[in-house]
Amino acid sequence: MNALTRPLASIGRATVSAVEGVGYAGMLLFESLYFAALGWRTGQPMRPRALLEQMRQIGVDALPIVTMMSLTIGVMLGIQFIAALSDFGAQSQVVVAVAKSVTREFGALITAIIVAGRSGSALAARIGSMNVSQEIDALASMGIEPVRYLAAPALIAMLVMLPVLTMFADTVAIVGAALYSASSLNVTPTAYIMETLSLLSSGDLWQGIAKAFVFATLITLIGVTTGFAVTGGAEGVGRATTRSVVLSICYIIVADMIFSFFLNR
Amino acid sequence: MNVPAANATAPLIEVEKLEAWYGRRRILQGVDFSVNPGEIRVIMGGSGSGKSTLLRHLLGLQKPRSGTVRLLGVDIGNASELEMLAVRRQIGVSFQGGALLTSMSVGENVCLPLREHTKLDENTIRIMSRLKLEVVNLGGFQDLMPSQLSGGMIKRAALARAIVMDPKLLFFDEPSAGLDPVVSAELDELILRLRDALRMTIVVVTHELESAFKIADTITVLDQGQIMMTGKIDDVRNTDNERIQDLLNRRPREIHVDADAYLKRLTEEQAA
Repeated sequence: MNALTRPLASIGRATVSAVEGVGYAGMLLFESLYFAALGWRTGQPMRPRALLEQMRQIGVDALPIVTMMSLTIGVMLGIQFIAALSDFGAQSQVVVAVAKSVTREFGALITAIIVAGRSGSALAARIGSMNVSQEIDALASMGIEPVRYLAAPALIAMLVMLPVLTMFADTVAIVGAALYSASSLNVTPTAYIMETLSLLSSGDLWQGIAKAFVFATLITLIGVTTGFAVTGGAEGVGRATTRSVVLSICYIIVADMIFSFFLNR
Repeated sequence: MNVPAANATAPLIEVEKLEAWYGRRRILQGVDFSVNPGEIRVIMGGSGSGKSTLLRHLLGLQKPRSGTVRLLGVDIGNASELEMLAVRRQIGVSFQGGALLTSMSVGENVCLPLREHTKLDENTIRIMSRLKLEVVNLGGFQDLMPSQLSGGMIKRAALARAIVMDPKLLFFDEPSAGLDPVVSAELDELILRLRDALRMTIVVVTHELESAFKIADTITVLDQGQIMMTGKIDDVRNTDNERIQDLLNRRPREIHVDADAYLKRLTEEQAA
């Protein structure tokens, strides 16, 4: 009987722990928002300085890499669409193809993946190593709520910066596609961009930005929960950092698909 | 928000029938003790006796499975956020590895409680933190980062942070761990001075016998999750209890080996 019950028991345990994980993340989300909005009432105000520091790390410091990657993606999209569309003699459609795919999809997705790799891992590593060296315990016993001190500023900063970075990435990607495609289409890059602007609707932009808000929440919660769950010293911190990036990217892509499905019916 | 005003002789810490579990294992069983104002209490015990778990419960980092822990008159198992905060402002903790925030300098670490809990201006905060650094003989080191400090300096910086708010109650987790005897003795002197000059009540968790006998007013001995005894130094030294005498005389435990079980463990194919 043991051979039968053991796999069932381990499935049961895995399910319970997965549900616990979701519950824990949900609780962290609620607490972070609570502390950000109402923390000052219970002596746990979120410090503006901490928020600004996180915004700088997550947003401003990411500008160089987001610019480079978005430009590259824009050029790549130009190349692929023109190549595919030339079979139908429809190269001129590259403008609308790039515009829609960048604003609705690629801008948000690529930016989120970059930020997950940069800031999601940084969050997990920072909180994880603080956990291991008892710094979290020290904060708690000094009367400083760790969620308020570490998670809330990160969440708010991410919710502000990721949509902003996404809009920036959208722009740069379209410029990249313009620079490449203009020569193939015998138009100036400026004309390309003007046509892009006329073809884009606000709905396209809002799709991407809505996704950015969801991705921001996912990246922060995953980074913070993996960080707080670290056990086992330096190796545990390394594992948590890896987990944080991999899980973030997986959840981002799945959420992206779900969003795309519902927003395009 | 003020902690209820207690009379001057009421115990600062009261633990009643505390039980702690880790999953299915019972770590603490029926723990009862209290600590009076102005006392230096040393909690002693071997590895695995439950000292760290007891300390976590005393600090409110873990809620008791059953039993009560009262700090400064407040039942911390049932306290509200604001009550807990009021208690935490009046205690200071120095953790085993110092637990300094490594992203900040020593000075900023010491200033942290002041910045979070008071509305004092920058100048006053700076002076107060430098004052406490002088008390622990780290004057002038405020701009160093924790990674640039030696083990003894880290402990002293952690102590400065713990006392910066002039707490009524101070906790020390293994103050001598990883320190050479000279630095350890200096730390002992510091603990005694803090009690005498600032009238602090101090709880020290340690297994260092020499330090314990030097600084303790009362010693509580913990073994396998239970309190063996609580008493003055001489009472503990002269006790009849064998386990305590083993601890004091550094006698290794006798391990009885069953020959059959031993052979089985060595030779069988799969571990049980």
